[in-house]
Amino acid sequence: MSVGPLLDIKDLYVHFHVFGGTLKVLDGVNFTVYSGEKVGLVGETGCGKTTTMKAVLRVLPMPPARIPGGEIYFKGRDILKMGAEELGRVRGEGISMVFQDPTAALNPVFTIGQQLGAVVRYSLAGGKRISRKEIHQRAVVALKEVALPDAERLLKNYPFQLSGGMRQRVCIAMAVAGSRELIVADEPGTSLDVSIQDQILRLLRRLVEEKNTSVILITHTLGVVREIADRVYVMYAGKMVEVATTEELFSRPLHPYTLGLMKAVPKLTGGGIADGIPGRIPDYLDPPGGCRFHPRCDRAMGVCRREKPWFYRVSDDHEVACFLYREGGKGK
Amino acid sequence: MVPAKPLASAKRMENLRRNWYKFSRNRMSILGLFTVLLVTFLAVFAPLVAPHPEHASAFVDFANASRPPSLEYPFGTDVIGRDILSRIFFGFRFSLGMGVIVLSLVVPPGVVLGLVAGYNQGTWLDTVIMRITDIFLAVPSLVLALAICSVLTPNLFNAMLAVSLMWWPWYARLVYGLASTLRNEFFVASAETIGASKFHILFREILPNCISPIFTKMSLDMGWVIIIGSALSFVGLGVQPPRPGLGTMVSDGSRYLPEQWWISIFPSLAIVLVVLGFNLLGDGLRDMFAAEEA
Amino acid sequence: MMTDLLTATGLKKHFVIGQSGILKPKPITVKAVDGVSFAVREGETFGLVGESGSGKSTVAYTIIGMYQPTEGNITFRGQSLFQGDKKRSSAVKKEIQIVFQDPGSSLNPRRTVKQIVELPLQIHQPEKDPLPKIVRLLEMVELPPDYVHKYPQMLGGGEKQMVAIARALATNPSFVILDEPTSALDVSIQAKIINLLIRLQEDFHLSYLFITHDLSLMRNVASRVAIMYLGKICEIAEAAEFFRNPYHPYTQMLLSSIPVVSAAEEELKPKKITSRGEIPSPVNVPSGCSFHPRCPEKMDLCSMEDPLMVEVEEGHTVRCHLFSPEQGGL
Repeated sequence: MSVGPLLDIKDLYVHFHVFGGTLKVLDGVNFTVYSGEKVGLVGETGCGKTTTMKAVLRVLPMPPARIPGGEIYFKGRDILKMGAEELGRVRGEGISMVFQDPTAALNPVFTIGQQLGAVVRYSLAGGKRISRKEIHQRAVVALKEVALPDAERLLKNYPFQLSGGMRQRVCIAMAVAGSRELIVADEPGTSLDVSIQDQILRLLRRLVEEKNTSVILITHTLGVVREIADRVYVMYAGKMVEVATTEELFSRPLHPYTLGLMKAVPKLTGGGIADGIPGRIPDYLDPPGGCRFHPRCDRAMGVCRREKPWFYRVSDDHEVACFLYREGGKGK
Repeated sequence: MVPAKPLASAKRMENLRRNWYKFSRNRMSILGLFTVLLVTFLAVFAPLVAPHPEHASAFVDFANASRPPSLEYPFGTDVIGRDILSRIFFGFRFSLGMGVIVLSLVVPPGVVLGLVAGYNQGTWLDTVIMRITDIFLAVPSLVLALAICSVLTPNLFNAMLAVSLMWWPWYARLVYGLASTLRNEFFVASAETIGASKFHILFREILPNCISPIFTKMSLDMGWVIIIGSALSFVGLGVQPPRPGLGTMVSDGSRYLPEQWWISIFPSLAIVLVVLGFNLLGDGLRDMFAAEEA
Repeated sequence: MMTDLLTATGLKKHFVIGQSGILKPKPITVKAVDGVSFAVREGETFGLVGESGSGKSTVAYTIIGMYQPTEGNITFRGQSLFQGDKKRSSAVKKEIQIVFQDPGSSLNPRRTVKQIVELPLQIHQPEKDPLPKIVRLLEMVELPPDYVHKYPQMLGGGEKQMVAIARALATNPSFVILDEPTSALDVSIQAKIINLLIRLQEDFHLSYLFITHDLSLMRNVASRVAIMYLGKICEIAEAAEFFRNPYHPYTQMLLSSIPVVSAAEEELKPKKITSRGEIPSPVNVPSGCSFHPRCPEKMDLCSMEDPLMVEVEEGHTVRCHLFSPEQGGL
């Protein structure tokens, strides 16, 4: 029996109405995550990765934002069409998000125990009433799962008494507390030191293995994704431009944007850094026609200016949205 | 190639248009702005727009005394026969004037003291300034105003003085809070390490970042100053009769309630209108500035 | 033979942040920098690497004059930067400049680019019409002239940082401190700025103190590297040597956990050392060698005595009991 995808975003468009016009941020996003896999979502600031995830959780502010098209399927059901109750269950037990800045994600005036307890209480199905004792026990278990020592004492602490790494782990504990199926981790270690980030990533990996949770790892750091992800999506200006298994992507990056990124990363081998990609990210009020990357692409062709590329299949685990790799394209 | 100055004003126009967009999204803010503009217009052009401008000063017409609202006297007349509507227009002059003058007296010293104390947070300078501020804040404001006014000759000037004395600490407090946070920003450190003078740091680096909350507070304060001024006039310590201060008019008419209700009610409504206008405007400004920071 | 432009000797910066205990209050001290010595030569890029709490930014802020050292000294061109209560001379202020970490807050949001870049000129080299000079400075950082009238919010992160660099270069400095100049930026913009900084260094014979926690970046910019932990330097070496042959266990631990993008780089990393535990806070520095609670090579001596800096190879010094002469390490 083949299992369908856990999360399947199909052709998602998101626009924002602001002073000056409409920001056409997401331009047909396609994104799939299966059970028990770790998917990396790589893209630079402004590419729309956080907007995509906020759309999945339906936490986009719906005045300025509008969703003119697309579907987001979670276990076969379209999140965008769900009623409040079903959506509540999805947010409660299905998908949760670990935000970039753990300090901002935790309320400074409540103890860890209160915040973790709130998550435990609201995330259990059917609003079953559970006793304080049981909430406490589950909270302790959650903290132990993220390898936080001295759980009893920690529950009484306030966020400011914890280090950044511990706060991030508390956020992950909160995400995992209600038997999550999918965790979206937004730049989980960026504000932390390398050694602590390392610990956090290993923790996420362990959680996936033990509980078959899927993880979407959003980041702009390629090295992090290579360490932990099974598959990687590369995103640019509101669209996915390349998707491949980690090994494929790093040994054979194909999209000109991916290539540009890889070249610009400082290498431990030394030798200087290649110049970054010329130009800037497009103005979403008036994005370029055709392929959104074409103004910055050194291999742009005529068709790139006129049409939007599909995902072209280069191999079983590698697809690129670039005309160079169309059947008969120059990339091959 | 050096760009011409016009580019700067083009950017300012763009900023203005963006701010207007943010401001105008809220109907209440527009209403507030309109009300304030209307009141200002009426105050400034009172001699021209009032139907009976001469009624604003010493004037008697017992033949037309105590007339209820009619076409000739839309808000009626008081016991001496003066047109209430016209007097209200002139009354706006006192209200707005008082607000403008009090704020002009209060804002500069309050802001400067707040800047100095905030920038020097933790030093004796901060302690001295803020403790003095605390002392003024500890005295019940209206009582202080009443006390000052009763000691000195009761008139508008002294009322403004009294109000000013109790108002400046709020601005000092507001700016103190802002300045003490801002002084830790890197752009202040940068100016310091470059060698900028203290004057530059306080007034060109820190102060511009405080302008938004200061202006919002000023707008909301206009309403408060007007109310307090009217209250002082009402008890006889502010605008003296026969001048048409709004509070004075309310007081004059209070004896004749409820039969000749128009003598007190219309000036009261005028006060409500002015204050509400400034409050809505202030709210709108605050929302506009808040959106800007987002 | 390159001369030393700036030297730090036994530099310490402690902050007293409060008191503990009511009856016999003891001051709580943060030993942000606790005995740091290094020298930056003319024309070189000296790298300072470390995690949060290591004190690297505090070193920078002390050099630039924001803090007075608690102990120790910093000399610039042979002259001490801190001479009693005397304020730093204008000439020295012109020569030593800094680019701060967060471009968002190092530019005043209420001032235009022109006003921001103009400030150092106004103070040190006032001219009747500074605009041409400002435009030239913007050109040096590859920003178009019409940016003079823009406000920082209208610029992207990279552009803001370029304005900060233009401002730092306005007074023709010889020594520029770069405190995590690209940490908040995307990789392609980082590349642009780093290459710009390298070009500027060549064009104007600048010396850089480059501070970052990104080891891969450091590998590509620094000629010599020092690594700090809880206020002290653990190891100093020439860049290639530092990465090829790290001695200190902390250096090895950090190098082993760098996320890299290619197998070739993977080969260069030392064997994986899992970092254990949390980084202690600088308020509660462990006794002896401050790294001992997390050190895989810890010996008894390490919790008792603080090791001294020892030269293990030419130009390569380490502060670790494993290599001190008494231990017979080398």
